Amino acid sequence: MALATLGVAFFILPLLGLLLRAPWKDAARSLTEPDTLQALKLSLVASLSATGIALVLGVPMAWIYARVEFPGRALLRALTTLPMVLPPVVGGIALLLAFGRRGLFGSWLDSTFGITLPFTTAGVVMAETFVAMPFLILTVEAGLRSMDRRYEEAARTLGASRWRVFTRVTLPLIAPSLFAGAVLCWARALGEFGATITFAGNFPGITQTMPLAVYLLLETNQEASFILSLLLLLISLLVLIGLRHRWLGTA
Amino acid sequence: MSLDAAVRLSLGVLDLDMGLAIEEGEVVALLGPNGAGKTTLLRAVAGLIALRGGHVRLDGTTLEDVATGEYIPTERRPIGVVFQDYLLFPHLSAVDNVAFGLRSRGMGKRTAGEKAVQWLDRVGLRSYARSKPAELSGGQRQRVALARALAPDPHLLLLDEPLAALDATTRAEVRRDLKRHLGSFPGLRLVVTHDPLEAAALADRLVVMENGRLVQTGTASEVTERPRSQYVADLVGVNLLKGQADHGFVRMPGGPVVAATGAESGDVFAVIHPRAVALYRSRPDGSPRNVWPGRASGIEFIGDRVRVRIDGEVGVVAEVTPAAIKELNLGEGGEVWLSFKATDVGVYPV
Repeated sequence: MALATLGVAFFILPLLGLLLRAPWKDAARSLTEPDTLQALKLSLVASLSATGIALVLGVPMAWIYARVEFPGRALLRALTTLPMVLPPVVGGIALLLAFGRRGLFGSWLDSTFGITLPFTTAGVVMAETFVAMPFLILTVEAGLRSMDRRYEEAARTLGASRWRVFTRVTLPLIAPSLFAGAVLCWARALGEFGATITFAGNFPGITQTMPLAVYLLLETNQEASFILSLLLLLISLLVLIGLRHRWLGTA
Repeated sequence: MSLDAAVRLSLGVLDLDMGLAIEEGEVVALLGPNGAGKTTLLRAVAGLIALRGGHVRLDGTTLEDVATGEYIPTERRPIGVVFQDYLLFPHLSAVDNVAFGLRSRGMGKRTAGEKAVQWLDRVGLRSYARSKPAELSGGQRQRVALARALAPDPHLLLLDEPLAALDATTRAEVRRDLKRHLGSFPGLRLVVTHDPLEAAALADRLVVMENGRLVQTGTASEVTERPRSQYVADLVGVNLLKGQADHGFVRMPGGPVVAATGAESGDVFAVIHPRAVALYRSRPDGSPRNVWPGRASGIEFIGDRVRVRIDGEVGVVAEVTPAAIKELNLGEGGEVWLSFKATDVGVYPV
C-alpha cells in the first residue's frame, strides 16, 4: 500500500509541479510568440506527415506480418519494430549513417538527385516516422490478428476481390485499431526528441519542433518553456482520453 | 444444373473423404453430429479450404480438381453462402450488406442499391434497409443473410446451420419462411444441419455423414425407416442391431441370436421400435421367442412415455407407460426381462 502510494506520488508530483509553477498569466503571450508558433506549426506538420507515411507504409506491413507466413518473418518483424526499444539518439545516428550526405544511401541520393535529407524538415519527418511507425505497425497487426477472419471469407463468397475485401471489410473492421495505432504513432512523433536532434538538428523554422524548442527555452526563457510543456501535456491528455477505451478499460 | 463433389482433406483430427452430389432442383440436407465435418465439407465446396484430393464440379464446370491442378478461387465461384452466425458486415446497413455481392461483381452503385432493396422487400425487410445488423433480431439477420447470398444470383446456395443461432420460439416461424424462400430459388441448395427435424422439413433428400464419411442418403422417410448407423438410429429413436441373417434369425457378433421374420442371409441391420419392446419382472411365458434378461441402466420420462435403456446380452431401449414402470417396480439398476416379437424386427441388408 505504502509502496503503491509512493509510486502514484512519483507520477502525480511532476504533473502538479508543472501545473502549479506554470506562469499562467503569460501563457497567452508565450504561446503567440512567433518562435513558439513556428515550432508548434512545424511539430504539427512533421508529426502529421510522419503519421500519414506510417499509415501508408505501416498498414501493409502489419497486414503482411499478420497474414503472410514466410521464413524470417519473426526476424523482419523484430528489426522493423526495433526503434520502439532503441534509444532514439541511436536511431538518429543510424539514420545519419544511412541517409546522411556521406551515408550508405544518402551519398547516392545526393550525387544522383541532389537530394539531402539530414538537417531538413524532411529529415524531421523521417526521424519521427522511424521512431513512431512501429507503434502503428504493432497496434494494427494486433487488430488484424484479433479480428474475425470469417467476415473476409463471407466477402469472398460474395465475389469480392482481395483488394475489395481489404478496403471494404478488413479496414472498417479494424478501424478502432487503426485509429489507436495512428494516435499512438502521432503522439510518439510529436514528442520525438533524440532522433530528430541527431539526424535533423535544431534549426528554428526548419527542424526545431516543440520538444526541441522546450529544451532550448529552458536555458533562455524558462517561463515559455513551462508553457510549451503544459501544451504538450494537454495534447498527451487528449490522446489518453481518445484512447480511453483501450487503456483505461472503460468499455 | 448439378453439383458433383468428391472431397478429400484433413483438418486437425478430422479426416474428410466423401462424395456429394446434388441434382437439378434439389434441396439436400447434410445431416451429422457435431464434428462430423459438415461445415468443413461446405467450406471446401465454396473454395475456402483447399482439397487434398478430389474435385468440385458445378454445372459441368470444374471449380477445382486436384488431379489436374485446376482451382477457381472462392470469389469467382457462383456459390452463395449463408453462414452459421450470418456474418453480416457490422459496419454496413442491411441494404449495403445485400448490395455487397452485386457491387463486387461490378454492378453500379445505384442499380445494386435498387436490386438490394428489392431483395429486402422479398424477405419482408424493406423498412429495415437502413438498419445496421446489430439493430436487427436474429430472424431478421437470417433473412438479410439469405438475401445477401441470393442477390448475386448463385447457382448453388450453401446454408450452414441456418437456424442454429435462433431461439426456439422464433425457429419454427423462421424455418417456415426459409422453406418458402428456398422453394423460390431455382438453383441447387445444400443445408447443413445437426437437427433431423430441420433436415426433414427443409430438404428433399438427406445426406448423413459421420466422422468425415458418408453414412446414408435418401428421403427423410427412407432414412428414418432404415437407419444405417447408430447415430441415425438414435436421432430417429429406434434400436439398431447389426448381424448376419440366417433364415428367420439374425446372429449378432458375440453370440446372441435374434428371431426376425424377414431375415434371409447376408449382413443385415435389424431395427426394433422401442414401443415393440415389452418388459417383465420375471421370465415371461408364451409366444415371444426374443426374450432376454437385462438391467435397467437409464430411465427417462418423456411426456406420457418412459424410455428405459436396458443393458444385457441384447441391449435395447424400451418405451413403456409410467403405469407399467410402477407395476414393474423398476428403478435404475433394477433387473428386468425384455421381449419383442420376431415380426416386429425390421431387417434390411447392410
